[in-house]
Amino acid sequence: MRYPFPVGRSDFIQGDEAVARAAILAGCRFYAGYPITPASEIFEAMALYMPLVDGVSIQMEDEIGSIAAVIGASWAGAKAMTATSGPGFSLMQENLGYAVMTETPIVVVNMMRGGPSTGQPTFPAQGDLMQAIWGTHGDHMLIVLSPSTVQEAFDLTIRAFNLAEKYRTPVVILGDAELAHMRERVYIPNPDEIEVVERKLPANEDEAKLPFGDPHGDGVPPMPIFGRGYRTYVTGLTHDESGHPRTVEPEVQQKLIGRIFRKILDHKDEIISYETFELDDAEIAIVSTGIVSRSAIRAVKMLRERGVRAGLLKLSTVWPFDFEVIEELAEQVRKIYVPEMNLGQLYHLVREGANGKAEVELIAKIGGEVHTPMEIMERVVG
Amino acid sequence: MRKEVLFSGFGGQGVILASVILGRAAAVYENLYAVQTQSYGPESRGGASRAEVVISDEPIDYPKAITPDYAVFFSQEAYTKFLHTVKEGATVIVEKDLVPHRDPEFEKRLNVIALPLTEIAEETTGLSLTMNILTLGILVGVTGIVGRESIEKAVRDAVPHGTEEINLRALRRGFELAEKLKP
Repeated sequence: MRYPFPVGRSDFIQGDEAVARAAILAGCRFYAGYPITPASEIFEAMALYMPLVDGVSIQMEDEIGSIAAVIGASWAGAKAMTATSGPGFSLMQENLGYAVMTETPIVVVNMMRGGPSTGQPTFPAQGDLMQAIWGTHGDHMLIVLSPSTVQEAFDLTIRAFNLAEKYRTPVVILGDAELAHMRERVYIPNPDEIEVVERKLPANEDEAKLPFGDPHGDGVPPMPIFGRGYRTYVTGLTHDESGHPRTVEPEVQQKLIGRIFRKILDHKDEIISYETFELDDAEIAIVSTGIVSRSAIRAVKMLRERGVRAGLLKLSTVWPFDFEVIEELAEQVRKIYVPEMNLGQLYHLVREGANGKAEVELIAKIGGEVHTPMEIMERVVG
Repeated sequence: MRKEVLFSGFGGQGVILASVILGRAAAVYENLYAVQTQSYGPESRGGASRAEVVISDEPIDYPKAITPDYAVFFSQEAYTKFLHTVKEGATVIVEKDLVPHRDPEFEKRLNVIALPLTEIAEETTGLSLTMNILTLGILVGVTGIVGRESIEKAVRDAVPHGTEEINLRALRRGFELAEKLKP
């Protein structure tokens, strides 16, 4: 397999470009999108690369169509992705729920910009965090990942495809305008350096007849692929194990939604990833995700120079959320600070996790600039 | 070693391309860590444009410039807005003809190189828009922030196909000017 970009070496590329290259190395062969700042460069890269790897990249009439096409492509057997920003992500919400309900592996990238509405197209924000988790209606479960460097944008995109395939679920990558357009050194590995996961396919006709069953007890049903010999019914209506609508029996809904939660939450130790920095002896903790984590690392270094025992917990997985690790942290430290580029979203999750065992303070910032390390440090030293 | 470089001017002057080339030279050809960021409005030409490059021999945490060690000002607006953010002793390159109103008092604390960059670019290559590459030549020649060979390779990678030689001519003219300007 020849790739349309150099592999096994470092390059200097944008976050958007890193997402596109990672998707291709993870096996993505279908992209559908609608251009929007600051995610358009993902589409541009996919439009260029896809024909060169026998894949397909198409522009749809809008973001509703884009995610619908991606869901369809996934049922046809392709690993599929779309990318957008705030306004487009809002349009995708209904079909994101459809992907949850039909257990369709897809990757949706949201490069966050200032909102609501069309807001600040060229400026970064983290205002869509709760929307990524709870934006579509109804009880649901999905996975949300959040990179802070261009290398992480690359690595987490590969991870997003692997998690989507393994758990038959949509995975959202939450980036931001700064990361999308930032260029940074990134190592693009050789294909044999990457672990690539493929979805479970039905082993036999019995498994194929129950595309929403649980034959292996892990909550993840094998996925029959359209055109490979089985007749499969796929619907957003509440359905039984065969996929047919059963909308008036409470226990069918309970069993289906229960399993969709369980297949993620039973494996959350494998799904959740985070990094710590100088946390072992910390009495002050900073909890952050995405781009602002980089300011937080610097703030921790500056605080340590001043003799403040500060540390950082950087969340790479935003959902499912590790409430237990936050509670353990709250037992260790005196106070937790949550810097985020919104008026308070991650803060509420951290406060719930802390469970009253440490004070939690929000360091909110909106307007389109990443917190400076000084802003975080000054709030901590007061 | 954390070095911060600020490029600023208006859209269409190649501010962002210059920053990308410098970052690429450091990251790809010198095996250093480098981050390039940019800030601009929705318009592609005419609006204020600002780009930053941070270069380091260790992983870069905060990706933006805090107090630039080196700065380039291609417009009065950029000069007025950002001059006072640079570090004391910083090397600063100013497009003399586009920045008529200067701050001589503040400039005493800096190493200022003020030249008619657009005019020199036009004389050198016949194209005023090679001014950004000429400036890169001066910056690299004077400061040695990356090697000359690295920046030449990065220019070849990043400029539009077919314009490599003309841009390298601008770059090398920048190197020549730097020789005369070195303290």
